[in-house]
Amino acid sequence: MAVCIAVIAKENYPLYIRSVPTENELKFHYTVHTSLDVVDEKISAMGKALVDQRELYLGLLYPTEDYKVYGYVTNSRVKFVMVVDSSNTALRDNEIRSMFRKLHNSYTDIMCNPFYNPGDRIHSRAFDNMVNSMMMQVC
Amino acid sequence: MEGLTLSEAEQRYYCDLFSYCDTESTKKVASNGRVLELFRAAQLPNDVVMQIMEQCGATRLGYFGRSQFYIALKLVAVAQSGLPLRVESLNTVKDLPLPRFVMTKNEQESRHTALYSSDADNSASYSGVIPPPPGRIQVKKGSVSHDAVQQRTSTDQQESTSPVVSPQQSPPTSPHTWRKHNRHPSGGNNERPLAGPGPFWAPFSEAQPGSSTSSDPIWSGHSPPPHQENWVSFADTPPTSALLAMHPASVQDQTTVRTVASATTTNEIRRQSSSYDDPWKITDEQRQYYVNQFKTIQPDLNGFIPGSAAKEFFTKSKLPILELSHIWELSDFDKDGALTLDEFCAAFHLVVARKNGYDLPQKLPESLMPKLIDLEDSTEVGEQTGEVGYSSSPAEAPPSKSPSMPSLNQTWPELNQSSEQWETFSERSSSSQTLTQFDSNIAPADPDTAIVHPVPIRMTPSKIHMQEMELKRTGSDHANPTSPLLVKPPELPEENKMSSSVKFTPGNTVTDGYSSSDSYTSDPEQIGGTVTRQRSHSGTSPDNTAPPPPPPRPHPSHSRSSSLDMNRSFSVTPGQQQAGVVAYPPAVPPRPQPSQGAGPHVHRPVDAEGLIAHTSTSPQQIPEQPNFADFSQFEAFAVSGVNKEEDDEIETHSEVLQGKGTTPLAPPPKPIRRRLKSEDELRPEAEEHTQKTGVIAAVLASQPSIPRSVGKDKKAIQASIRRNKETNTVLARLNSELQQQLKDVLEERISLEVQLEQLRPFSHL
Repeated sequence: MAVCIAVIAKENYPLYIRSVPTENELKFHYTVHTSLDVVDEKISAMGKALVDQRELYLGLLYPTEDYKVYGYVTNSRVKFVMVVDSSNTALRDNEIRSMFRKLHNSYTDIMCNPFYNPGDRIHSRAFDNMVNSMMMQVC
Repeated sequence: MEGLTLSEAEQRYYCDLFSYCDTESTKKVASNGRVLELFRAAQLPNDVVMQIMEQCGATRLGYFGRSQFYIALKLVAVAQSGLPLRVESLNTVKDLPLPRFVMTKNEQESRHTALYSSDADNSASYSGVIPPPPGRIQVKKGSVSHDAVQQRTSTDQQESTSPVVSPQQSPPTSPHTWRKHNRHPSGGNNERPLAGPGPFWAPFSEAQPGSSTSSDPIWSGHSPPPHQENWVSFADTPPTSALLAMHPASVQDQTTVRTVASATTTNEIRRQSSSYDDPWKITDEQRQYYVNQFKTIQPDLNGFIPGSAAKEFFTKSKLPILELSHIWELSDFDKDGALTLDEFCAAFHLVVARKNGYDLPQKLPESLMPKLIDLEDSTEVGEQTGEVGYSSSPAEAPPSKSPSMPSLNQTWPELNQSSEQWETFSERSSSSQTLTQFDSNIAPADPDTAIVHPVPIRMTPSKIHMQEMELKRTGSDHANPTSPLLVKPPELPEENKMSSSVKFTPGNTVTDGYSSSDSYTSDPEQIGGTVTRQRSHSGTSPDNTAPPPPPPRPHPSHSRSSSLDMNRSFSVTPGQQQAGVVAYPPAVPPRPQPSQGAGPHVHRPVDAEGLIAHTSTSPQQIPEQPNFADFSQFEAFAVSGVNKEEDDEIETHSEVLQGKGTTPLAPPPKPIRRRLKSEDELRPEAEEHTQKTGVIAAVLASQPSIPRSVGKDKKAIQASIRRNKETNTVLARLNSELQQQLKDVLEERISLEVQLEQLRPFSHL
């Protein structure tokens, strides 16, 4: 269960960011912002010729003592960043991958919507619902 | 809620009423529609009814439980008897008459049938129902409003019946107009509908000033009020929609709808209002209208409307993009970016609903789910039929829907768990994704390199081997040196030979992976003969193989200079192909047998010619034997033998060789001379050689003297043996040094060849 999920456009501005409502939510925003550097680093490390073979799932971008940040980038350079609580040790890599896959699918569904202009902020309810299902349930 | 005591009659009556209202046969909850009808039938003012509702707790609960129902009925009775409505009065008031409801049973039944009949039937039934007194209609309206109130314990306690309800107030006119509209084809004809409603819109507007509150409550229903037949009845009335369109002032809630006078919107409104069996059901007329609209965009009813066209179309409705986006999300069921007819109808329906101010649902209502039943099927008979139609759709083979539909069809029965279905589908897609990613090809290792391995080339390749190599060379005229190797799988030693030979043969192609160094096992002449010699080069194979045996001693035609040139060229340009031609270690004279050597040594003085002849033949027999020293030894010996007679110096071989020319032994020893010469050129440390030869010569020189004395044969033999051993060791040392030199040179050659290949432009990439 994620603590914060963000969708970043190709130009590195956020299309969608949602975090668990806590105080100091800006901290998550900041984390996502700094993780973009790591994402770019991982993308460029793959090499120019391997765009096709580049794995979309980037894996753990960097851990901090409180949480871990995972990244995923699509072929159109749209990035999904997920911040997960470190204490949630039960979360395995496969689960993270499946979460990203769901995010990706929902994102493509949004893309299919002709009323959505790529680059707009994402206001889709379906997407919101899907993200909500992934977020940690703060009781 | 305090306990309610009912008399027996009351009990019975209430029970009957409850069962009547209990249309869903739940025995617990009275259907709100019916209850509200009932209350309306009680002919109580609306506010009273509201009060009753509140007091019985239904508003709190949101539904009519049996107790609430009974309480409500009691309160109705209380109200009808003119007593103030108090919960306390429920039990205190005695002898309360039974609540009176205007509705008659037959009416109820007719209404009941109307509930679940098709729209057409509805029309018929309503035609029968409507003429009854307006009170009934009021009941309907009121019940609708109460539905709304009950559904949302929110604000409007008024009759929040939307204006669409009102036209029923004037029964005489409404059926006519309504029927007229019924037969009206949904061809987007606005004029006729507009004309009709005029007369009775006004009364409505007067009568229902407060009904402006939007029917939002009704629409936003997650539990659509079952009492929707009202909506159905006049839903089809064009007047309502037209009225809605034409009289914005009278309706305060619906904002955008009223002001829009576009043809599409009026039609939409007309259609939208008829969506109320469940609130989202599409009536036949509506559907027909939608279909016609679909046809204007996409003539083929089984085809798709692309997203862009749909976007334009729905943008005309002037809804905000956000809402259109949401409508799209709901209606594009298979998420393919295009709308089928069903999807289009659903989207249109939602647009119409939204235009009328009804909130969009969170999920697509079931009746709007794309159905695969016949589009022209006009027998939609309400919820159940709709459900049936829906449930049967997965069973039917999808028509020309996108290829994704078959997979989605299976997901339809579990639409509510659509996320999981999407998950499976997406997993499929993701697996394909992984498949494509998996496709990356790593170039297979060069087979040449695989085969290449340090093959110790025989130090003394036999003539047979030479012949094999020649064969291989001639046979392998293509770039891939491995093919001969692969094509002919001889036994291992032969393979080694072959590999060595093939290594030798590969020429200048880039892809060769063979070491270039190891394959100097063939004649230089033959190699020179092949124009395009394939060069093998692989820097990996260590050059620990023995140096290729020297080519057979060149024929006498070879001049000294040529051999010199060869040597020189080899030493200077080891990396070039030319060098390859000449890059054999210049003919290493075959090692004459020590016994051979010893023999001639012994008999040297006796039969120098024989010795020389012998030695001259020996190299021919064993052309590959590198053994300079022996020949030098012999040469020196011969020279010494000769020189002895001629008193030539032995230090310099050249002198010796030159001197040889004059001797009668010159012709035979020429080969020897040449070998010696080449050997000289090969070895930069000529001094050592000369020294060695000098030593050897000295040794040899000393030898003749020994065997002369017959009496000292044994001693002589032993001495000669000793000397031979010494020479052996010396020669062995020399040999190793020469071989080391050869290795170095070969490595150099390989490196240069590699550089050359790198520089050479790649032609096959």
